[in-house]
Amino acid sequence: MLKISNLQAKIGDKEILKGLNLEVKAGEIHAIMGPNGAGKSTLASVLAGRDTYEVTGGTVEFEGEDLLDLAPEERAAKGIFLAFQYPVEIPGVSTTNFLKTAVNEIRKYRGEDAMDAVQFLKMFKEKMKIVNIDQSLLNRALNEGFSGGEKKRNEIFQMAVLAPKLAILDETDSGLDIDALRIVAEGVNKLKSADNATIVVTHYQRLLDYIVPDFVHVLYKGRIVKSGTKELALELEERGYDWIKEEVEAKELREAV
Amino acid sequence: MNNTDLKTQLIADFKTAEGRMNGEAKSAVHQIRQQALERFDKLGFPTIRHEEWKYSNVKNLVNQAFEFNAVTDFSAKDLEEMPIPNLEGNILYFINGIYNAALSSIVSPASELQIMTFAEAAKNQPALIEQYFNKYSDYQDNAFTALNTAFAQNGIFVHVPDNTVVEQPIIIRFINDARTLNVAAQPRNLIVVGKHSEVQIAEAFRSLGENASFTNTVTEFVIAEEANVHYYKVQNESEKSYHVGTTSVLQAGKSVFTANTVTANGGFVRNNLNIKIDGEYAEANMFGLYIPNGKQHVDNHTVVDHAKPNSNSNELYKGILKGKSTGVFNGKIFVREDAQKTNAFQSCKNVLLSEDASMNTKPQLEIWADDVKCSHGTTTGQLNDDALFYMQARGISKDTARALLTLAFAQDVIDKFEIVAIKEYLQELITEKIYQD
Repeated sequence: MLKISNLQAKIGDKEILKGLNLEVKAGEIHAIMGPNGAGKSTLASVLAGRDTYEVTGGTVEFEGEDLLDLAPEERAAKGIFLAFQYPVEIPGVSTTNFLKTAVNEIRKYRGEDAMDAVQFLKMFKEKMKIVNIDQSLLNRALNEGFSGGEKKRNEIFQMAVLAPKLAILDETDSGLDIDALRIVAEGVNKLKSADNATIVVTHYQRLLDYIVPDFVHVLYKGRIVKSGTKELALELEERGYDWIKEEVEAKELREAV
Repeated sequence: MNNTDLKTQLIADFKTAEGRMNGEAKSAVHQIRQQALERFDKLGFPTIRHEEWKYSNVKNLVNQAFEFNAVTDFSAKDLEEMPIPNLEGNILYFINGIYNAALSSIVSPASELQIMTFAEAAKNQPALIEQYFNKYSDYQDNAFTALNTAFAQNGIFVHVPDNTVVEQPIIIRFINDARTLNVAAQPRNLIVVGKHSEVQIAEAFRSLGENASFTNTVTEFVIAEEANVHYYKVQNESEKSYHVGTTSVLQAGKSVFTANTVTANGGFVRNNLNIKIDGEYAEANMFGLYIPNGKQHVDNHTVVDHAKPNSNSNELYKGILKGKSTGVFNGKIFVREDAQKTNAFQSCKNVLLSEDASMNTKPQLEIWADDVKCSHGTTTGQLNDDALFYMQARGISKDTARALLTLAFAQDVIDKFEIVAIKEYLQELITEKIYQD
């Protein structure tokens, strides 16, 4: 589904991704872990098409198509979804109105008929159950004055409505207490199918107790330096990231010699 | 050509009109007109050297000739082309400055309000007119107000007695029909609201046709104790329109006055809103929205003069500027020595949607009292990039995202409209303008 080859990206003069490779197949959950500043959020943003990052090399294919040439809204229409680490507050635009616009713009892109108010109502009701979100929240201005938990729940609600092929969860656990974390994780699990895939970007192992990954990758200095299964996450939880850093630095030293 | 052309024409027009008068030439109202004309003659039209007109240049206006109070073949059919759907209330039409009784309808009972043209009032209610006319809009330093005063004839006079809630709003539609020639109108409105009374008044300006249109309007409000007045000014005029409007308000104690000024379209617009709070525990609210595009120019000058203690004023103006448009906001707040415990807040926020658009903002606070709370802030910026990306990441195209954000920015001012038909009309007008490129 997704094939990232030798991806390089920078912000301003600062190189952040330095040749990243990753392949994700339908039905899989991949966790991307790593210390702060490793480039985890950059990877998520680059995949969603944020133009503050400049891609300087490499390729990203999504279902066989070059992703990097597409505008963010086209990527969304193709089925990519980014759950933001910091969902943006947008005063004056209600969540429902925002989502109706999004759904119908995507349908238009795909050559499908627009949904009407009745269809939306029915669909929203179904999806609301998945993340246990209240109608009153959806009537309010998008994320404005929402608590951390409400914002993240709203992200997963949006994900439920848009039903992406590839969901990228960027530090979805940050700022959540354990109850909110569980609700969000349950939502993600309910949306899981053999046809879609999920990339979970996280610093801590704890989210992975709830969203169990098939693969765990460690991102450090702009590259994936180690890949494994969920046991790798547990090892990181226990030992921290220092041993990974040491391994990488020892390898760099060997290569330099 | 120099800027005496329109001035010369106007002074000649005045003499002609005066020559046709009978007894009225000797009336008190006409004495004021004569003095105002002298003042206009002395002041002349302002140039950009005048501090108050630094960013609003009227030279293109004053080099043109206009037919004042022109009679055209404007009809009810033309009105169908410019509907404000579901509009209900007392609806009055002025075409090129002249009251059109056939199109107008007054539904409020006479017990709730007296409503008549300014000319009728001058003729039939001279005592009332003399009591209130020209008391609040000072023309000494404003050539346009002097000019309007000199020609005060058209417009409406509204009197709401004490202890009266006027159930139906008063909506005055000023239409300039410039389809066949350059036209001009000078409405003069006087609204007197009695103690403990309530009324809503909207002025809607519209021009049509390819020729130039000039409106020089003055509206005066006299608001007694504990009265509550909502005033709406809606402008949807052509690229070739010039609009100079002054609204002057005198508030007594415990009164509430709320002004909403929305400029959807207009070639050259200058709105002056002058409020004097001359009583305790009064409240003045001023909301504004302007969305110029192309080469449109919108200038809002506001003055709140706190003369007495314990009163509040709140001001919020918002601008959305596209194309090569220009905007001006000048907000003055005076807090006189006596006006202790005044709360005065002012905010002007602008979004520039193109690199060629520009906005000049100037808040001016002059405070002589020492126990007051005053604040002001102006911002001019672009749409929030994080918000745009967030919306795009959900599949919303950049253009739609920009429009949604822009509309959201404007929404709180639109939502202040309590006359539903006008609010819906504006909502559609503004949405359409925001979505068009």
